[in-house]
Amino acid sequence: MSPQPQAAVGRPVSRVEGRLKVTGQAKYAADQTASGTAHAAVVDSSIARGRITGLDTAAAEACPGVLRVISHRNAPTLPYLPNRGSLNLPGERLHVFQDDRVLFHGQPVAVVVATTLEAAQHAASLVHVQYTAEPSATDLTSAPADEPTTYARGDAAAALASAAVRLDLTYRLSRMHHNPMEPHAIVTRWDGAELTVWDKTQWVQSTRDELAAVFGINPASVRVISPYVGGAFGNAARCWPHATIAALAAREAGRPVKLVLTRRQLYFGVGYRPAYEYRLSIGSDLQGRLTASVHDLRSETSRYETFAERGVLVPGRMLYTTPNVTQSHRTVPLDVNTPTPMRGPGYSTAAFPIESAVDELAHELGIDPIELRRRNEPENDQASGLPFSTRRLRECYTVGAREFGWNRRNPKPRTTRDGDWLIGMGVATAVYDTLRAPAQAHVRLDARGTAVVESATSDMGPGTYTSMSQVAADALGIDVPQVTFRLGDTTLPQAPVHGGSLTMASIGSTVQDGCDRVRQQAIALAVGDERSPLYGADPAAVVVYDGRLHVKGDPARGETYRQLLTRNDRTHLEATGSYTPAQSRASMHAYGAVFAEVAVDARLGMVRVRRMLGVYDAGRIISPKLADSQAIGGMVGGIGAALMEHTVTDHRDGRIVNANLAEYLVPVNADVPALKAIYLNGRDDQADPIGVKGLGEVVLVGVAPAVANAVFHATGRRVRHLPIAPEDLL
Amino acid sequence: MPIESPVPAAGEEYPAGLSRRTFIAATAAAGGATASGLLAEPAEAAEAAENGRVSLTVNGARHATTVDNRTSLLDLLREHLGLTGSKKGCNAGACGACTVLVDGRRVVSCLTLAVRLNGADVTTVEGLADGDLLHPLQQAFIDQDALQCGFCTPGQIVSGVGCIREGHTGSREEIREWMSGNICRCGCYPKIVRAVEQAAGRK
Repeated sequence: MSPQPQAAVGRPVSRVEGRLKVTGQAKYAADQTASGTAHAAVVDSSIARGRITGLDTAAAEACPGVLRVISHRNAPTLPYLPNRGSLNLPGERLHVFQDDRVLFHGQPVAVVVATTLEAAQHAASLVHVQYTAEPSATDLTSAPADEPTTYARGDAAAALASAAVRLDLTYRLSRMHHNPMEPHAIVTRWDGAELTVWDKTQWVQSTRDELAAVFGINPASVRVISPYVGGAFGNAARCWPHATIAALAAREAGRPVKLVLTRRQLYFGVGYRPAYEYRLSIGSDLQGRLTASVHDLRSETSRYETFAERGVLVPGRMLYTTPNVTQSHRTVPLDVNTPTPMRGPGYSTAAFPIESAVDELAHELGIDPIELRRRNEPENDQASGLPFSTRRLRECYTVGAREFGWNRRNPKPRTTRDGDWLIGMGVATAVYDTLRAPAQAHVRLDARGTAVVESATSDMGPGTYTSMSQVAADALGIDVPQVTFRLGDTTLPQAPVHGGSLTMASIGSTVQDGCDRVRQQAIALAVGDERSPLYGADPAAVVVYDGRLHVKGDPARGETYRQLLTRNDRTHLEATGSYTPAQSRASMHAYGAVFAEVAVDARLGMVRVRRMLGVYDAGRIISPKLADSQAIGGMVGGIGAALMEHTVTDHRDGRIVNANLAEYLVPVNADVPALKAIYLNGRDDQADPIGVKGLGEVVLVGVAPAVANAVFHATGRRVRHLPIAPEDLL
Repeated sequence: MPIESPVPAAGEEYPAGLSRRTFIAATAAAGGATASGLLAEPAEAAEAAENGRVSLTVNGARHATTVDNRTSLLDLLREHLGLTGSKKGCNAGACGACTVLVDGRRVVSCLTLAVRLNGADVTTVEGLADGDLLHPLQQAFIDQDALQCGFCTPGQIVSGVGCIREGHTGSREEIREWMSGNICRCGCYPKIVRAVEQAAGRK
């Protein structure tokens, strides 16, 4: 088949759902306001571990408008069938209202259902719960750990012992919360045994399968709808306990129920990026060539499930040439709720210690940090032995150094001033693996030359609606406005979780496959139709552009979809596209080089980011306007991780003390100056049929260490924990 | 007044229904009185919850309605008037997703009680476009891609309209400062600044 002209892909298309979003018409989960819907408010525990000994609901039940107060005292036993899908973890998910045990501070202990939100919230405050508290442990640094996951190659201990230079360093990363602007919200409605759910989710199938398993019903009896997601960054991939609460409340109250978690409840009602302690020893020769690294990690998890960030050990094995590597990762069970992946999971965690340590080594040896990284650039993936599909880090460094003005950097720390401000520049490498998963999409092209493309994926902000419309438009040979892409509904063809930067590769390849099939049907129809100008033409020589089929190189010989289908009495053509990732014979990752310039107040220790540049090797860029936004957003998120974000737990009782947006600081507009992103032109044809490597995660990965390295360069002070606070620099 | 540690030792019990914060406040206020005695007060207040009449204009339409005195302007808009464009991001005035204009001024509608708005003129994101013609700032948000997930967008746009009307668009720095009451977790800030600049006619 002849390759289709690339008309939409690669062009700066504006967000196709933009108009709905700027006018307030895009309906998020909590925007479902069907009349007769009751409101639910959750009562959460005020101890971290123990038993509920008293639960007085009389005052709550006496409130006007209250329909039900449900707790373990009166809740039905729920089946909680095993569900290996839905991203459930080793261990057993939290069961709500099934017994008197309290496993973490903030665990749901009751729910009030009322006719109005005001009544539900007030009545929830009147539920009197008494507890017998038991000693709790929530501090990662002092609790015993599980058995480790390990990795070794070579003899790292011996290589370290004989290294010309050796650094033994301990880094700490704070717990972080995703804090998407949209709180988790769900509306549940039972029609007999059928359950309909409007959910905030990155994966409608996850909610469907989990609710089906919890209630012991057929997944086919559950429909989950989620057309718009107000950000998620990983924390809406699993189906959290509040979904069960809402479905239970609707069943018990006999009417639809809306449950929106409060901002405070988002700090324990859904997951978070776990805190880490990361011990790292590296050895090198005098030219800065790494000879060994030893990585010992501890991260928090709950007592009822084991969560270990996927990928956290990967960069230590493959990012730089290192003959001898030893790694261990221990999870530490605590009296906390279960963590979950957050943007750039694992890779962004590992980036802070590894990229800081490389910077420390460069300083120790008096070698430029970029030059040191170049000296350790591997020729293949040392962990798997596989060749890289594409790896253009050297080019990222070169372009970035040139565009950022790296040559203006005085290598000596604390030498550049601007009045009271100490100025520093830092760099860090970003890497994230290219994930792909099987998916399906349905494509229907009607006789007017417009198409509807459907897949049960999601769009939490990157622009799935837009980028899929671009892929479909080119594969069908029509314009983007002629394509309607539908997602976020379990009645649509199966799709994987919208996370891990796998959506473009997986759904994009699926959409292209489905559209290719429809286009080929049309071509076959035309070349076999005596009345068509294309009759008898070689199907492989026919392309479609602007809704018109024609012979490549002979635009005059052709006809439109409309003419073809109308003449043949066809209302539409349709096909189901699918994609199954081929087994990879290469090491596939997206890469980036991130540059930051900071100013640090010499007397106050206050850090301000002045400018940043990210240069990325992410394969083919489908939607450059939206990809740019993703990268800028990744930098903003990384600035938060570097300088602000820190979930603070009172270890005396396990309570999170800053569970709000006034005390858990995230960047605001005044914190964000000039940010720039550059994507290297290219594609990775080994990765997937459309040549992309994924970009939503990699754009976050190197940001925090780049800022931290710039802070060191500005001040001469090395801070080995995140976030970096003013008091660290005084 | 000394505040004793509010944390029960292992095996001790929390007073019924109290969060630590309210427990601190309660023990501080009562000077050591048992907390359970204090709890009756809010319960009685709840039974006395009352409604109020309010008449206000929203996006040019007059509404005369009875509202629960506890109802915020945001919940009135969302749950009673069907105007779900304004979003509840934190319900504590910290995120700006609920920003609307009340008599031309930017307010966080989650912290504004509906009953005190008698006679007020409210503009939400739904009231900015002129039929199919978008407000220049709405169009600028699309042009500059100043949104991703879209959840903070209604508040950002209404806030930006206020920012432009207030004349706080003299420089990018000024826009950044005066748009910092609206959090965008997707991180669209540089593009939001450009969109406000575009609509303000600065470029």
